[in-house]
Amino acid sequence: MSEYEHAGGSKLYLTVWGWLLGLTVVEVLLAYRHLSVTVMLVILVGLSVIKAALIISYFMHLRFERLSLFLTLFPALVFCIVLLFTFFPDAMRLYQLRYP
Amino acid sequence: MSSTKAEYVTRGSLWEGGAAPYAIGSKKLGMWLFIIADALTFSALLIVYSYLRFATPHWPRPFHTWPSITMATLMTFVLLSSSVTMVFGVLAASRNDRRATVKWIIFTMIGGLAFVVLHSNEWLGLIHEGVTPFGNPWGEPLFGASFFTLTGLHMTHVIVGVIYLGIIATGFGRGKFSSEDVEVSGLYWHFVDLVWMFIFPMVYLLSNAAMGGAH
Repeated sequence: MSEYEHAGGSKLYLTVWGWLLGLTVVEVLLAYRHLSVTVMLVILVGLSVIKAALIISYFMHLRFERLSLFLTLFPALVFCIVLLFTFFPDAMRLYQLRYP
Repeated sequence: MSSTKAEYVTRGSLWEGGAAPYAIGSKKLGMWLFIIADALTFSALLIVYSYLRFATPHWPRPFHTWPSITMATLMTFVLLSSSVTMVFGVLAASRNDRRATVKWIIFTMIGGLAFVVLHSNEWLGLIHEGVTPFGNPWGEPLFGASFFTLTGLHMTHVIVGVIYLGIIATGFGRGKFSSEDVEVSGLYWHFVDLVWMFIFPMVYLLSNAAMGGAH
């Protein structure tokens, strides 16, 4: 019954919460830097992926589940998301092809 | 084949044809599968939003520091904090401490409701400026359609989550539901939180950056 508790005390969750809040502040500050869009996009998405990983591993407890559960769920998800990006280069091309 | 929780937790690491190959209950596995499917839906919507933004020379950027970005940051904090209260609810449920579980879940629901109120306020502000799913004062009509679809679906998830948590809190308080039910509802709530962690930077924060070639 208490394997959830054994996985980490409330201190661990508060630490993760602190990290998540900190990363959010970093993201907001970053949005006011004059960086190129590509750099900003990469950093913002990167930080979001780190936040998502923290939430999934600790809050959603996946770190303390069996590896087989992770392997069943996530590689397929990542693969499908990558497939969705197949269409993305068209977004830049459409702009070039537009009539003024 | 009987599979009590204790049995599948103590079993060895290899699946020996038992009832629980992942050593979790079927409810939890079901919620995980739902979350993966839902994650794909939200990924598709986020990619649609980014695609349209790249493909459009004058994508509207109505999110200013005040009120939009400040409010969205506050909403992020509210949602993250409600995730932590949910974790404490699940911890209390695993100790079978009913009163504490209900208390923490109610805190989580308050966080969710605060998010819905703040976000509705944000929506009303945009609607007041003339944004509809079919047009807006700044030109590109697809902005309203993609923005309202993406954030609307997320807000629907938050509202459904608050109702779900209410049912779970009532049932657990009366001893009808097990601690696993609380944990499964927690998974859903964290997922809703997680989705916002992508909407917030992609829609609000990137609004500060010039994009789309023309700028």
